Amino acid sequence: MAKVKVSKKSTRIDMTAMCDVSFLLLTFFILTATAKMPDPHPVDAPASTVQTKLPEDNLATITVGDNEVFFNVLGREVRRKTLERISEKYNVPFTEEEYTSFSLMEGFGVPVNQLKGLLAMEPAKRNEPGYQKGIPFDTINDQLSDWIKFSREASREFLNEEINSGKKDVKYVDLDIAIKGDADEDYTTIKRVIDILQDQKKNRFFLVTGLRDEDF
Amino acid sequence: MAELNTGGDGGKGGKVRSKKSNPGVDLTAMVDLAFLLITFFMLTTSLSKPQSMNLAMPDKNPEDTTTTEVPDDRSLTILMGKDNTLLWYLGQFDEPLVAPSATQYGKDGIRQVLLQRIASVKSVYGEDKDKGLIVIIKPSDKTHYKNLIDILDEMAITNVQLYAIGDISEPEVKLLEEKGMY
Repeated sequence: MAKVKVSKKSTRIDMTAMCDVSFLLLTFFILTATAKMPDPHPVDAPASTVQTKLPEDNLATITVGDNEVFFNVLGREVRRKTLERISEKYNVPFTEEEYTSFSLMEGFGVPVNQLKGLLAMEPAKRNEPGYQKGIPFDTINDQLSDWIKFSREASREFLNEEINSGKKDVKYVDLDIAIKGDADEDYTTIKRVIDILQDQKKNRFFLVTGLRDEDF
Repeated sequence: MAELNTGGDGGKGGKVRSKKSNPGVDLTAMVDLAFLLITFFMLTTSLSKPQSMNLAMPDKNPEDTTTTEVPDDRSLTILMGKDNTLLWYLGQFDEPLVAPSATQYGKDGIRQVLLQRIASVKSVYGEDKDKGLIVIIKPSDKTHYKNLIDILDEMAITNVQLYAIGDISEPEVKLLEEKGMY
């Protein structure tokens, strides 16, 4: 009589390969994730059902909240070129360090005459409440309009340089403008910003919104 | 899953046995953690990309004062007041085809009005895309930006092709005031 032997199988699995793969993926996601930069003025954008994505480059964002306006343009080169033009118009010379510091700054909201003071500050201190009170944008002292105009010129110059240097996949497009308004902002402030854009014949722009479904 | 090595060398005066160490490490907890983090990073990277809505305004040319004639039965005007209030009327303000009436934002309010009007315009003018309903959006100074986005969103939901943001006029503000919406 032969005994039927029940072979005892181990319940443990070798997880080495699984662990390898998961950490590989983890590393990939960590590296590709773009760190969210702190805003000088956090706003709560209203929600909409439209799902157009914002362009990822060649974009200037105007943040509007509490009657204050903040400006940010993407790309270090474009920022530097924008500041060069502002420096020329307002007769404020900037040092090389200040240019570098400005090109690394994500958004700001101070009048031109306070820009030097802001650039001299530690980057972490700049976003503390109370330091940045918005860019003047009324009809008498319309600095926002200059920032938009010069950043569009700067973006044009930058793209032209890219094209002339022989980069094939660069196309000339006008700088896109996005308005990121706070949900509780009064329409008059937004209207003023839109008017500034329209005065520069910039009639198409993006409104940054959150996401919701149609059931509201 | 995790193994705890309890007990150990209980006997006294026994021989010191060299323990056979297990060469495999229990990776379960590590894999758990890794997948948790992967899920987190996957979700946050795709969700953090901001959504946006396109807005095209008409060209603002001070010399160009021509106004396009719009048939009254196709033009619907939305007046926006404070605190999520709105009025709508059909036709011209002086002699509206449908008198200004109040409604609310959202699917039970202005969306129903828009859908009704779109249907009635369609029954008169046919399926022609250029002859659809024209919506004129007039926010007042007390309107919150959120409400403007709400209305623009309704345009996208109800698929209104022709709409414009206009400036509110004096009598229209007066009407809003009378109704306590300004």
